[in-house]
Amino acid sequence: MTDILEDKQYTTLNLGPTHPATHGIFQNVLKMDGEQIIDAEQTIGYIHRAFEKIAEHRPFYQITPLTDRLNYCSSPINNIGWHMTVEKLLGIKSTKRIDYMRIILMELARITDHLVCNSVIGVDSGALTGFIYVFQEREKVYEIYEEVSGARLTTNMGRIGGFERDLSPAAIKKIREFLDHLPKVLHEFEKLLMRNRIFMDRTIGVGPISGERALNYGFTGPNLRAAGVDYDVRVMTPYSSYDDFEFVIPVGTQGDTYDRFCVRQQEIWESVKLVRNALENLPEGSFHVDVPQYYLPPKEAVYSKMEALIWHFKIVMGEIDVPVGEVFHSVEGGNGELGFYLVSDGGRTPFRLHFRRPGFIYYQAYPEMIRGGVLSDAILTMSSMNVIAGELDA
Amino acid sequence: MENTYITDHLQKRFTHDILETDTAGDILTVIVTSPVIHDVISFLKDNENMNFTFLTDLCGIHYPDRGLPLGVVYHLHNLTENKRIRIKTFVTLNDPEVPTATDLFSAANWMERETFDFYGINFTGHPNLKRILNVEYMDFFSMRKEYPLEPTREDKDDRYFGR
Repeated sequence: MTDILEDKQYTTLNLGPTHPATHGIFQNVLKMDGEQIIDAEQTIGYIHRAFEKIAEHRPFYQITPLTDRLNYCSSPINNIGWHMTVEKLLGIKSTKRIDYMRIILMELARITDHLVCNSVIGVDSGALTGFIYVFQEREKVYEIYEEVSGARLTTNMGRIGGFERDLSPAAIKKIREFLDHLPKVLHEFEKLLMRNRIFMDRTIGVGPISGERALNYGFTGPNLRAAGVDYDVRVMTPYSSYDDFEFVIPVGTQGDTYDRFCVRQQEIWESVKLVRNALENLPEGSFHVDVPQYYLPPKEAVYSKMEALIWHFKIVMGEIDVPVGEVFHSVEGGNGELGFYLVSDGGRTPFRLHFRRPGFIYYQAYPEMIRGGVLSDAILTMSSMNVIAGELDA
Repeated sequence: MENTYITDHLQKRFTHDILETDTAGDILTVIVTSPVIHDVISFLKDNENMNFTFLTDLCGIHYPDRGLPLGVVYHLHNLTENKRIRIKTFVTLNDPEVPTATDLFSAANWMERETFDFYGINFTGHPNLKRILNVEYMDFFSMRKEYPLEPTREDKDDRYFGR
């Protein structure tokens, strides 16, 4: 009997680098015994763009576009997280209005991030309808981004010390319309999948991970919460006045694909609540802090006012003194704790900048989660982990 | 949990291997010698008074002007008391060896591979220490300060484009 087993031939299957089910460019080399997965190894780095090296050659305000391209499903969270990191280093204290505007945009980003991930779980289990349906809502959020920052996907939103412009009446109108419309769509989307027999059979017990293993693997975000650990940066270390609001942190029990789906779904509801609360309680005031040495003046002022011209010149030419020091700041990104480790030696660019990308850290658990399962389950596990190639490779 | 409580415990346990403690920054920072780094992390993780059970981040850093130029920075998190700690260790360029933390944290696996990939730090005892983001035949460590951003460009002066 043992002889037969030793002679056993395994199949090597390359899942990726370009495969519709990977939703990004990364490779999984699966070692398979028939339909069963014996082992797996990931190859990543296909879209590595050396952001950390580039960041060492860019002034702080030029690093925002680099952060866009990490988790490009929720760029505003990355942008604002970066601005808050720099503000922490510079000792700038933002005002309530800025904080609330940031919460609105970050939670909208979280909604789109979760919508994409959850609808893709639907696609990979054979339900394309829900995906097309919620993408309409995602489109509306992108129109809000466009109104706020001028861009849709890679938003480059906000500035160090606040925003480049205030929320326009059109943007507020669009946010309100979105908030009014989304619950209806979300209910229908949930009806399609949440208690769907096929969907439940395909996802319950698939790709499970225990809370203990998840913590050891550095899981954060919805993936960790699905495994039953209620760690959320927004509550644990409140930033941007998140402690002004009441919201629930949904927690799963099994850590499987279905739990990850449900946790994300519930988080969308909480985010809707947060956006609505922040918008209703939006305080009056300026949309940026008065820090002329870091915040680029408006272009009209540069052409007509001496002061503004001087600051503009100094900021662009990098003649501003930056404090020496190091900070670590993290925000709750769409798929986990997004951290920025910034070391400054007083130069115009960071001495060292490291992104703690949640996807990079938890994706290494993938082989452990799919081992012993079948190929179709592995694909669902991957899409439910919300691995974004841009973030994986930095 | 007070900073002094942690530093006192560390100093009592590791005496001269704790080179520096800094409580002025945003996070308590402790610099330790490289041979004991594994023991320090293990102590912080498993000691019931410390309980730093979550490895938030691990990355390399290069100070070309220092005697020990290459560094590894660990960010640990005590989730029950919400306390973070930053541990640093520095090694030489010729012999950049740091004991691995993969036996303590599975999360350290790829983070150490990334640090090796960019800084060439050898994590002794790592199960699969090879490049992760760059191609395997690359023969230099790109995040070290001596490598320019665009080595083939001569028309660009770094002074006008950042550093």
